[in-house]
Amino acid sequence: MNWLIAIIQIGLLVLFSPLLAGWLKWCKCRLQNRKPPSLFQSYRDLIKLSRKQPVVAHHASWLFLIAPYIIFSATVLAASVLPFIAIDLPTAASADVIVFVGFFAFARFFLTLAGLDIGTAFGGMGSSREMTVSSLAEPAMLMAIFTLTMTASTTNLSAAIDYVLTQGLVLRPSFLFALLALLLVAVAETGRVPVDNPVTHLELTMIHEAMILEYSGRHLALIEWASQLKLMIYGVLIANIFFPWGIAQQFDIHSLAVGLATILMKLAGLAIVLAISETAVAKMRLFRVPEYLSFAYLLGLLGMLSHIILEVTR
Amino acid sequence: MEIHQFDFYTQAILSLSALVGLTSFLMLGQARLLRMIFVFAVQGLLLAFTATVAAYSLDNHHLYISAMIGFILKVLIIPYMLSRQVLKLNLHRDIEALNNKTTVMLSGASLVVFSYYILHPLVSSSSTLMINALAVSLSVILLGMLLMISHRQAIAHVVGFMSIENGLFFAAIVSTNGMPMVVELGIAFDVLVAAILFGIFFLQISRSIDSLDVDQLNRLNEVE
Amino acid sequence: MLAAYLLLLISAVGIGYFAVIGHQPNVGKQNVYFNSLSLFISIILAFNVFEHGNVLSDNKAFLIDSFNVYLILLTAFIGLTTSIFSASYMAHEQEIGRLTEARLRLYYSMYQGFMLAMYLVLTTNNMGIMWVAMEGATLATVLLVSLYRTPESIEAAWKYFILCGVGIAQALFGTILLYYAAAKVAGIHNALLWSELYQNAQQLDPNILQLAFVFLLVGYGTKMGLVPLHNWLPDAHSEGPTPMSAVLSGLLLNDALYAVVRNKMLVDGATQNHIAGAFMMGFGLLSFLVAALFLHRQKDIKRLFSYSSIEHMGMMTFAFGIGGSLATFAALLHMTVHSLTKSAIFITVGHAAQLAGTQKMEQIRGLIKTEPKIGWGLLIGTVAIAGFPPFGVFTSEFLVLLATMHHYPWLAPLLLFGIGIAFAGLFRHIQPMVYGLKPEMQHPISANLLPVMIHLVLVLWLGLSIPQFLADWFSQATLLISGSLPL
Repeated sequence: MNWLIAIIQIGLLVLFSPLLAGWLKWCKCRLQNRKPPSLFQSYRDLIKLSRKQPVVAHHASWLFLIAPYIIFSATVLAASVLPFIAIDLPTAASADVIVFVGFFAFARFFLTLAGLDIGTAFGGMGSSREMTVSSLAEPAMLMAIFTLTMTASTTNLSAAIDYVLTQGLVLRPSFLFALLALLLVAVAETGRVPVDNPVTHLELTMIHEAMILEYSGRHLALIEWASQLKLMIYGVLIANIFFPWGIAQQFDIHSLAVGLATILMKLAGLAIVLAISETAVAKMRLFRVPEYLSFAYLLGLLGMLSHIILEVTR
Repeated sequence: MEIHQFDFYTQAILSLSALVGLTSFLMLGQARLLRMIFVFAVQGLLLAFTATVAAYSLDNHHLYISAMIGFILKVLIIPYMLSRQVLKLNLHRDIEALNNKTTVMLSGASLVVFSYYILHPLVSSSSTLMINALAVSLSVILLGMLLMISHRQAIAHVVGFMSIENGLFFAAIVSTNGMPMVVELGIAFDVLVAAILFGIFFLQISRSIDSLDVDQLNRLNEVE
Repeated sequence: MLAAYLLLLISAVGIGYFAVIGHQPNVGKQNVYFNSLSLFISIILAFNVFEHGNVLSDNKAFLIDSFNVYLILLTAFIGLTTSIFSASYMAHEQEIGRLTEARLRLYYSMYQGFMLAMYLVLTTNNMGIMWVAMEGATLATVLLVSLYRTPESIEAAWKYFILCGVGIAQALFGTILLYYAAAKVAGIHNALLWSELYQNAQQLDPNILQLAFVFLLVGYGTKMGLVPLHNWLPDAHSEGPTPMSAVLSGLLLNDALYAVVRNKMLVDGATQNHIAGAFMMGFGLLSFLVAALFLHRQKDIKRLFSYSSIEHMGMMTFAFGIGGSLATFAALLHMTVHSLTKSAIFITVGHAAQLAGTQKMEQIRGLIKTEPKIGWGLLIGTVAIAGFPPFGVFTSEFLVLLATMHHYPWLAPLLLFGIGIAFAGLFRHIQPMVYGLKPEMQHPISANLLPVMIHLVLVLWLGLSIPQFLADWFSQATLLISGSLPL
């Protein structure tokens, strides 16, 4: 039974992720006074792409061909660790937060390899930029997550969320910092404005798009889907760690439904915030990205320090 | 004692103190004057909020007045005055190069450690809240000084000066629930007069050396 | 008690009055009247205290005891004599076109503002108000330092403002810590009142008070010009108008020291050890020696004497730091004679600079030939400040030395060395100015040296014998500060 719920949860996470991307696009369009596309446009795009014949460069190696599958499955595995509508599911116990970050790193590794594989200038450029950003973003993310795990004394996400739930509403300075840090990191990692802009293919600035320039057809669909899923995962992570109220703790229909409804509302809210910030903030120059990420790291560090200094027993 | 065992007031003050400390760091690393002034206003807002929380939780009505004075003075009047000066003197496009940002930031961090260090003798006799609040306010004071040392623009010096006042205000609210009203009013009056005098000085300095770069104030020194 | 209120009221009225009419021709005289009224009232106040002992106002907001009463008297007196000097000085400055009417209004108004701040520092019983008044004194004088609007004076004023503002912020942090310590003790109702704190000093947390004292010493020490926080002092003294230098040196520095000593009394009561004194001794001795050495390097006559002020403040801080009854008595006496002598010197220097048309010592020559009054005034003043017998400075320095030999014999050579260096530094510059060849084109000016004469005669008198009432106050204040009677 529990396994069934776990599998349904993963399925829901994967299924809903294009919807989140659609909703985000919808919000942005409304904010910019444009006529929004349908909420389900992302699904249509994915379906259309997957029907098309993928075109592969002549000197592409096997790596280029399998990378989309690896990326997608690694991201789905990461999603499986994350409590989405319920905690204490059997899948949650299988891996902790460090593995969770590891899945992303794994996916990214193959993505950059695939970018390099064809040997075009853009692919290489995108890969090198991706590695620069991620090498700065990952420590910041780990810092923020460690703040959480130190407070909860566990690296298991599910257990940590459980801890936060049982404590009730506690104002922790460290969580404030960790939240800010994680928001900044999430923006950088999912390739949103002001670090990267997913809707343009401007050679001077693109990062993520540069790497997948050579993909087409179902390969592209998988990679797009994976990146939508990644956005979803970050949203769920932030929503469930810092505002876990509403998540199902028992496995009956009622609480699961409540859990699903609340997490969808939280995600919708987060997406609105992201849409507003993307509308208000201009994309920054690539050279300023390290500054941005080191600020995120500083916040994560401050979160850790304020946990040690302000909150721990003397 | 873990943080979840504290009452809500303590948690709120601790969180606010962390944020106040953060704003000090933000000011320190800021190269553009208008942004620095904006962060300063945010710090003022956090302080007014702290005073309100303290007034509400401790049922201490005169802190409402302090919060009000602080809000008017440090969130509205002084930032408005400073940013008007920046715009008038056409300084908002200048990026003030902090030529050794890393060093400045690192020394800022060590100043925080230093303030915890010198407050260490009080650990046995004071609560966690007090120690932390005092240490944060002391580090805000020291960071304000560092801001003045590391920046060259006179306006940045004033922001540093005023953020030192902010640190003192925070210490006064948290550690002693606010000074007596007379003293509080006197201090507010002094700050207001100082702000006006600074305005006069910007005028005098910019007339006399044609800029507000205080490095150019170097006529008086011992070694000739 | 009424007298204390009146004292504050007069200055407060003066601020507004001179802000309106401060540009009229005979305003200097009116300033003298204001200050003589203040002196008159402070004499009445002093009589009251002399007859009835300490006065604490009903709401405990003001306290006059034997420690501050003589300082109030001194403040009023120097305020008056300097205002006599400033009347002719400012008239001359206006004549040669260095000042506009608006600036004169500012000057006279802020002169009273400064006096108000000084009286408030001395009379208040509330440590918070003391801080506010001390900051107020900076705010009142900062625009006076830049009165001439030269680039140098603006720089000096900016330095003065920033350094003193930042410095005194430390003192407020110290005061907050003090309040924090007091608020923890039950039974102290109004925890910033000095009289309350003094009665309950033993219950205060010694750790917090020690820490608070460091901040207070650094804060008020900046105001006092203690090395290494002295940078503003020579600049502000040399660039502002001379009457301002006279009152800054004669009054502001004293009041800052007064604030430190008031706090030291609380800290000593709480800690029951000598830690506060040790801090003061260290800072004091450092300032004393460094300033004595810096005397030799000066080119500007007002800078020279401002370093001499730092040197003497250092000695007083050192003496208060030693702490015994003898040293405390000596420090109290030194505060008085130094104020009198130094303001007299600045008045003379002001005249000398107007005579020569410059403050550069190289160009001031032959004073005694052009204008014997000024030459002699400067010479005698310097003799007095350098600590020659029979002037009062000699007496107090001798007592400090005696106390040092008694408590810390190994520091006595350092002290002697510093006195010697300072003496050489002063005379090396003063001698050619007084006796040197008179430059051509130097004409006598009308100088009013009456204040100088009065000050120097008083210093001489204090050197020969201390009047009974003053001796009584000194003894009581010594008892209050050090806990034992002198001699």
